[in-house]
Amino acid sequence: MCLAIPGEIRSVHGGELRTGRVAFGEVVREVCLAYVPEAAVGDFVVVHAGFAIARLDRAEAERTLVYLDEAAAALEAERGPPARDREPR
Amino acid sequence: MRYVDEYRDAAAVRRVADAIRAAVTRPWRIMQVCGGQTHAIVRFGIDELLPREVELLHGPGCPVCVTPVELIHRAIAIAARPGVVLCSFGDMMRVPGSDRDLFAAKAAGADVRVVYRPLDALTVAASEPTRDVVFFAVGFETTAPATAMAVHEAARRRLANFSLLVSHVLVPPAIEAILGAPECRVDGFLAAGHVGAVMGGDQYVPLAARHRVPIVITGFEPLDLLEGIHRCVLQLEQGRAEVENQYARAVRASGNETARAMIERVFAVTPRTWRGIGPIPASGLRLREAYAAFDAELRFDVAGVGGREPDECRSGLVLQGRIKPPECPAFRVRCTPERPLGAAMVSSEGACAAYHRYRRSESAWRPTST
Repeated sequence: MCLAIPGEIRSVHGGELRTGRVAFGEVVREVCLAYVPEAAVGDFVVVHAGFAIARLDRAEAERTLVYLDEAAAALEAERGPPARDREPR
Repeated sequence: MRYVDEYRDAAAVRRVADAIRAAVTRPWRIMQVCGGQTHAIVRFGIDELLPREVELLHGPGCPVCVTPVELIHRAIAIAARPGVVLCSFGDMMRVPGSDRDLFAAKAAGADVRVVYRPLDALTVAASEPTRDVVFFAVGFETTAPATAMAVHEAARRRLANFSLLVSHVLVPPAIEAILGAPECRVDGFLAAGHVGAVMGGDQYVPLAARHRVPIVITGFEPLDLLEGIHRCVLQLEQGRAEVENQYARAVRASGNETARAMIERVFAVTPRTWRGIGPIPASGLRLREAYAAFDAELRFDVAGVGGREPDECRSGLVLQGRIKPPECPAFRVRCTPERPLGAAMVSSEGACAAYHRYRRSESAWRPTST
């Protein structure tokens, strides 16, 4: 019942319950968008049991990808340069 | 940005694993309370990338696994009534009760149907007005908004032939129960990202402070999991016990306020029994009095129906991180997905199912330390 992969909103429909077509790779499903009133076509959402429960924040998503660089920079600012090289071997 | 492949990059994953190795000076045990995370850890071999000092424990992160046996028997009893359609998530169908499962009830003639969303059960109720349609509502905070909306819609559309057998459970009280157990061996937690997406990060702050334990809200991809573990290890090494949010792309401090408001409107907090673990105070949701007309336990008067957990199943110990699935003598011998002793072997989020499905070799897992 828990789908961890985010889907992309392809279309939005109004009505009593706001719904939309959401693509998970090749699979497109009808999803209720009532809990993400701010989400629009092109946004990625996390979906559980037919409901979008969160809209993904692109800036935060990119920060996760540079997490180690940010953590190292924060540590360096606090303690001086790192004691050893942590680049990939 | 597709929000998937970027977080599975092998070089990036290895870099964070190296950073964990560089940071760790002593043994730490970190528990995840999310079946999705457990499956990702076992599937991608995240535990094998970690230094020996860092042990991952799998917690009670599978709502299907913790649904008590008596509720399965109540579902079977309701399904057996004439005129009833019982709708359930597919995961529940093969979960063993004392002596049978929902599939057996279906084979015996009950109208049991698999649905993917609670709203699908509502559609059945609308299209078959002469039938009594009951939805078996199992799930954590992630599924509660979907169930709450189904009830709310049923009330709005006056669908009197719709009701719910509610078995919703809540994650923070389960973490509290694990931390409060005398044999507790957990140093830090990875909290499930999607529970955080609904409920927010702030709900964990009192827990982290009271038990002096780091809690890192974490996503599901390999890079997410390793970053969550890195943050947790740094806190432990530095003697901090804070709530951190690794999964900020989906989790805000206060969660999804629209979804929370709907949960609050339809449900009230109630004590619940967790299969394999026992009663946990304030650990579940029940329908509020205003929605009591939709309560299947009242409508079908099944509160007296009980059931017993199979004796040999040790999934309670697995769910509390006290053993890993291969440490159970029945694992893969007398307990398989075809003939399960417990729920954790058949749920798509169960730890036993993950070890059965993804383990490449017997040496790929580490026995639980004592």
